[in-house]
Amino acid sequence: MPFLLAESAATSVPTIDEWVLWAIIASPLIGWGLIVAYLRKIPVVAGGVAIATIGVSLALSFFALFNVIDADGGILVHTHEWFTAGSLSVNIGVRIDGLTAVMLVVVTSVAFLVQLYSTGYMHGDTGYGRYFAHMCLFVFSMLGLVLADNLFMIFIFWELVGLCSYLLIGFWFHRPAAAAAAKKAFITTRIGDLGLLAALLLIWTRGPGGSFDVGLIQEWATSGEPEGWIITLFALGIFAGAVGKSAQFPLHVWLPDAMEGPTPVSALIHAATMVAAGVYLVARFFPVFEASHDAMTVVAWIGAATSLIAATIAIVQTDFKRVMAYSTVSQLGLMMLSLGAFGYVAAIFHLFTHAFFKALLFLTAGSVNHATNTYDMRLMGGLRKYMPITFATCVIGSLSLAGIFPLAGFWSKDEILLDAFRENPGLWFVAQLVSLLTAFYIFRAIFLTFFGEYRGGQPVDPHDHDSHFEGDPAHPHEPPWSMRAPLLILAVPAIAAGAFVINHSFRDLIEGALPHALEHESSFEWSIAISSTVLGVLGIGLAWAIYQKHWLSSRSFAMGFGPLTALFEQKWYFDKLYEDFLVKRVLQSGWNRLLELNDKYVVDGVVNGVGTVARVTSDRMRVIQNGQPQAYGLGFAAGILVVVVAVFAANPL
Amino acid sequence: MELTILLLIPVAGAVLIGLLPERAEQNARWIALLSAVAALAFSLFLFFDFDSATPGYSYVVKERWVDISSFNLHYHLGVDGISLPLIVLTTCLTLASVLISFSVTKRQRLYYALLLVLAASVLGVFMALDFMLFFMFWELELIPMFLLISIWGSGRKEYSAMKFVLYTIAGSAFMLVAILMLAFADGGSFDLVELGESNVSGALLPLGWVFAFLFVGFAVKLPVFPLHTWLPDAHSDAPTAVSVMLAGVLLKMGGYGIIRMCVTIMPEQAEDFGIWMAGLGAFSILYGAFVTLRQTDFKRLIAYSSVSHMGIVLLGIGALGKTSIMGANYQMLAHGVVTGMLFVMIGLMYDRTHTREIAKLGGLGRQMPLITTGLVFAGFASLGLPALAGFIAEITVFLGAFEKFEWAVLASIFGVVLSAGYILWTLQRVVFGPVKHDWDGVTDQHQWWEHTVAGGMAVLILILGLYPALMMDTMSGSVDQVIARVEEVQS
Repeated sequence: MPFLLAESAATSVPTIDEWVLWAIIASPLIGWGLIVAYLRKIPVVAGGVAIATIGVSLALSFFALFNVIDADGGILVHTHEWFTAGSLSVNIGVRIDGLTAVMLVVVTSVAFLVQLYSTGYMHGDTGYGRYFAHMCLFVFSMLGLVLADNLFMIFIFWELVGLCSYLLIGFWFHRPAAAAAAKKAFITTRIGDLGLLAALLLIWTRGPGGSFDVGLIQEWATSGEPEGWIITLFALGIFAGAVGKSAQFPLHVWLPDAMEGPTPVSALIHAATMVAAGVYLVARFFPVFEASHDAMTVVAWIGAATSLIAATIAIVQTDFKRVMAYSTVSQLGLMMLSLGAFGYVAAIFHLFTHAFFKALLFLTAGSVNHATNTYDMRLMGGLRKYMPITFATCVIGSLSLAGIFPLAGFWSKDEILLDAFRENPGLWFVAQLVSLLTAFYIFRAIFLTFFGEYRGGQPVDPHDHDSHFEGDPAHPHEPPWSMRAPLLILAVPAIAAGAFVINHSFRDLIEGALPHALEHESSFEWSIAISSTVLGVLGIGLAWAIYQKHWLSSRSFAMGFGPLTALFEQKWYFDKLYEDFLVKRVLQSGWNRLLELNDKYVVDGVVNGVGTVARVTSDRMRVIQNGQPQAYGLGFAAGILVVVVAVFAANPL
Repeated sequence: MELTILLLIPVAGAVLIGLLPERAEQNARWIALLSAVAALAFSLFLFFDFDSATPGYSYVVKERWVDISSFNLHYHLGVDGISLPLIVLTTCLTLASVLISFSVTKRQRLYYALLLVLAASVLGVFMALDFMLFFMFWELELIPMFLLISIWGSGRKEYSAMKFVLYTIAGSAFMLVAILMLAFADGGSFDLVELGESNVSGALLPLGWVFAFLFVGFAVKLPVFPLHTWLPDAHSDAPTAVSVMLAGVLLKMGGYGIIRMCVTIMPEQAEDFGIWMAGLGAFSILYGAFVTLRQTDFKRLIAYSSVSHMGIVLLGIGALGKTSIMGANYQMLAHGVVTGMLFVMIGLMYDRTHTREIAKLGGLGRQMPLITTGLVFAGFASLGLPALAGFIAEITVFLGAFEKFEWAVLASIFGVVLSAGYILWTLQRVVFGPVKHDWDGVTDQHQWWEHTVAGGMAVLILILGLYPALMMDTMSGSVDQVIARVEEVQS
């Protein structure tokens, strides 16, 4: 029986069959099963199975999206009991609404193109089958996450995407850096998950009657019934989970390291989908955040801090992929800022456009790597001539990221700036500053990579048998069509995804997922649009002046900022603080060592001490054990007497 | 009758093995296998035949055993929804232990006979409804364990075996006093069914003491801080199959004892001690995890993680709620298969590399892809990944206990991060990283029994993780009865 929420802002209900929604989730899982069970040894088929099963999900997701659009953004929930333990009753179910439908399409379309790209990029890798198995498992988990109808199930899939992220970051597990990065990613995000777990506990005992249902929680939060501090704690718990997953300050440190994974993985998981899940989660529980202004303020300023810190680090990176990584952190920060500024629609809109242009940028980074065997921009340069398609699509993605009219990024960033401006000019100022930095760092990367003279790439190491690099880095070339086609396809939404904003259909769709209409009604504002465009062009111009025209030497530019440059280059010293100081010194060499010594010498020492005393005593007592049966008999009789007396004493007849 | 048969299946196997002539020593394993399979099949039959709606115990047998004045002992067996899942766990792990022992070549007849006697005595513990009979099975288990560790173990095996025995006996001494106190108090008896229904009073010592004595006996086994230091020694020196039995089922005797004896017989005292149990559980979770992070021996590391995981059991019991106790029982099942599988994988790795020093291992993912896969799977199950066994148990305990002890649970959930820390760091050091040429000669080549054990345990972990209703519904009615006792005294 479908269970309907009448309180939805929209009046009609999607008519989609329940099995379609489950099939969207199940199809990649079947793909995973097939690859694991049969096809690991036949690589070509593994890639094909992944593409086919994700393709099924893609088609069904579009079907679901159109269905929800037809229903004017209504909500449909199907739920079933999973297990019961006393008063704990856990359901599994699917919920389709505008927010879910948009996420489904983002996830499946990017995933589909990334699989296609991967067949080229991963060609010849010894772990080819394993790669596609993990990818299918990820897509399954991510789709489960966005379709889940309750917080318990969200938590389950939330952890499963973390597992897949771990497995794929550490895909080349023989590289120490990859193994370390995988571990770091999982543990860092799990610190955030503590908040999510605490929120789960809190909602069960103090929420709407022991239910985890998303719709019920939204209603509960808006009913005015619960005390304010409970709402705030719950919202902050949810947000803590989002901080981990979406790599927000102060847990952002794992995402740049995650670049050790294969680049298509970075494009799909660490740019377009999983890292955006934190934004999705906050949006999913947006009514709860709306009910707590304290929580909103935290979200907004954490987002602002993240976007600024990451952008400042991005401008000094020499690794093409790390520029993208910090850029992703920064953009996710902007989305959080937007949510905190009540810009619910703007945040999801930016998530939507960002998914396409950032996936595109990552895939172009992969192409560049495919040609040069490196991500180090100091070894690149001049690739424009050798790789025109990669160059063109990379520029499109960069213009979109920089928010240049009329590309997709322009429209979504503009909405964020507008919401930020209305909420708090301070937030708007940070967002503007980040826009300037964004345009600068991404075009810095473009000029370093594609302009000037080619600097030769990274020669292939003949002793590295794990590398599957094909070709000659000295003569870079365009990648095969399986990799070029996704670039060209992704360029389309990177240019045109902004069109949604024009007829308001996106807004209606996303708002329909909320139990009530939003207070803020945003509209286009010329002053905001012009100022942000000017700053974007300024950033590009500055990059052009420094890295193309060399009117200003980059070194003296960096020197001009003095200690700030060092701060940025050292990534604001977060890794040093966390890893070298907190984990290694305070925890491992300090506290844990103390407990270990306590266990060895105090707790176990007492035991061994008792043992020694007993042995020494019994050595003395050995005199009694003299081998004379009479003496034993006497002792035996005395013992029995004691027992009998004891029993009778306890039990008088 | 059914339970007697189940108890006799491994005993018969042991006797048959004893009758084997020396030249047919090779056949001991097949007899052991046959009897383990028969026990598993029969226990599964009982499990699916069991009607969880029946109040009280099922398949009860009660025969007079000793009858001297007020010293009434019975051969009294029965199972309910709490013990039956543990019995199935025992038979599953017995089969796993027998199979994983196929590589043992030293004194096979004695080895398999002892393994089967061990299984029988543990089954007896979970079935006994007479307190003295329970105690007898409880003590009986020590003999095969002592011999198995000290003959087939490694390292300081005699020390570890002795430490294990002395620790348990010290705990048992307290338990025995408590049993006698309960038996000769007003409304007292040796009969666990009677004890579980009446309110005992007027024992020689205050009932709070009796409760504490019983608790100490069980806490040693669980184990609980500060009574846990026998566990890492026993584990690291025991042969693989014995580690599997030890972590998998022997620890569970402690948790089972606390639920069945401490809580059911003395609910009032349990209520008083609840906060201490929960607090001790939370403390064990964190303490165990912190100390785990410092371990350099792979087996010792997993042993310490058991201290942390069994803390979750105690937290769940201490909260005395239906959800939390069901979670605690579930955690016993989950930990049994998950840690069992971890020990199996470590054993397979040890068979090939002959070292458990984490620093010496490394990069094994290349040489041993299948063992690595199993290890990563079991590792993620151990750190509580959803869809695998541990998650359901942990989350149920946390949710159930949160109703009563919010702060203890909020402290405990930090264990979730710590467990991710020690498991993933260990995986990084053991199976990931560059290939070490010391291990170029080792291979992943599996014998069929190794496949079967690892695969079978993985399936059990998935079943527990994906289909919790199977066990939860079985337990529900019996846990209700325990909770009814608690609620009686609360009101």
